[in-house]
Amino acid sequence: MNELAITVIGRDRPGIVADVAEVLARLGANLTDSTMTRLRGHFAMTLICTGPATAEVEAALAPLAAEGQLLATVRAVTPDGEVPPAGEPYVMAVHGSDRMGIVAAMTRVLVDAGGNVTDLSTRLAGSLYVVLAEVELPPGVADTLTDRLHRTATELGVEVTLRPADPDLL
Amino acid sequence: MTGERSGADAGREVGTYAGLGDWTPESLAVPGEVRPVVSAPHPVLSRAGGEVDPTAGETVRLAADLVATMRVSPGCVGLAAPQIGVGARVFAVDVTGHPKAVTVHGTFVLCNARVVEATRWKPGREGCMSVPDLTGDVKRASRLVVEGDLPGTGEAVRLVTDGFEARALQHEIDHCAGLLFLDRVAGAHAVYQRKVYL
Repeated sequence: MNELAITVIGRDRPGIVADVAEVLARLGANLTDSTMTRLRGHFAMTLICTGPATAEVEAALAPLAAEGQLLATVRAVTPDGEVPPAGEPYVMAVHGSDRMGIVAAMTRVLVDAGGNVTDLSTRLAGSLYVVLAEVELPPGVADTLTDRLHRTATELGVEVTLRPADPDLL
Repeated sequence: MTGERSGADAGREVGTYAGLGDWTPESLAVPGEVRPVVSAPHPVLSRAGGEVDPTAGETVRLAADLVATMRVSPGCVGLAAPQIGVGARVFAVDVTGHPKAVTVHGTFVLCNARVVEATRWKPGREGCMSVPDLTGDVKRASRLVVEGDLPGTGEAVRLVTDGFEARALQHEIDHCAGLLFLDRVAGAHAVYQRKVYL
């Protein structure tokens, strides 16, 4: 069974999700995990599906990209199965004045502590920049990591909090 | 805090009126001035406010200014001193008429407030005049006991409340500790671009 990673990015308009899903359904592709959002107004969709061959899907999606407003990529990926969690789930929230390198610096601190970012979003609202990262941490590192995050945040002139994720929330 | 009309926070618990006595903003006996509200990333919003003398003239004027500024701001159910640029542990709250409010204590101002009991945590969506473009899902206690001092008389009070008023109190007490709702959001996708300005 082929497993394919597909991205569709471009100018937003009503109907892109329906168009993409229709193409995949017609080819007998089974949509497994997918996300779609708008990033600063741009349509952005990433999905994994199983079934048809790469070339077949590329050809079927080509008409969608023909007007030059959308970019679709298709890539075969190896089914890795589920990666077991690396540790305990935490949420890191960062906010402050927008500047270069906030995500790079803060996520590097997480990685150096053995953390694995499992979900991330950033927002720029006026001059306020917000980073939210869900991260799995090895047991026992949270306190030292919090100190390191505060040091890096101070250098960047931003605020940071690290809290255990609440598994039964929402 | 500004009220969000979506999300689940249907607390039906009954709170008890305790401690405000006959205090009203009019007991401050000074006219409040409408002050400009600062927005994140202003540094005053990220600093813990200092303890105040609730009987001092400047605290009474600050309390009156908070009430005046809250009253002219549409949808505003609470305003803390850091939001008008003052690093002090003082805030005003008024959830009167809000559809999600259960227990309502009307308009009041508390100084040096602290949470003494917090139970029945529930998620809900919050906005903030100092973060005007975003809202977020935050878990807060829906049963709350808060202690603080009334501006003017300096009388110590103990408020027992629930539901939306409890949420507003926790949001404002956070402001006084230099925290925004952004510091407490539930996950990577729990912050939203604001669509409706209340």
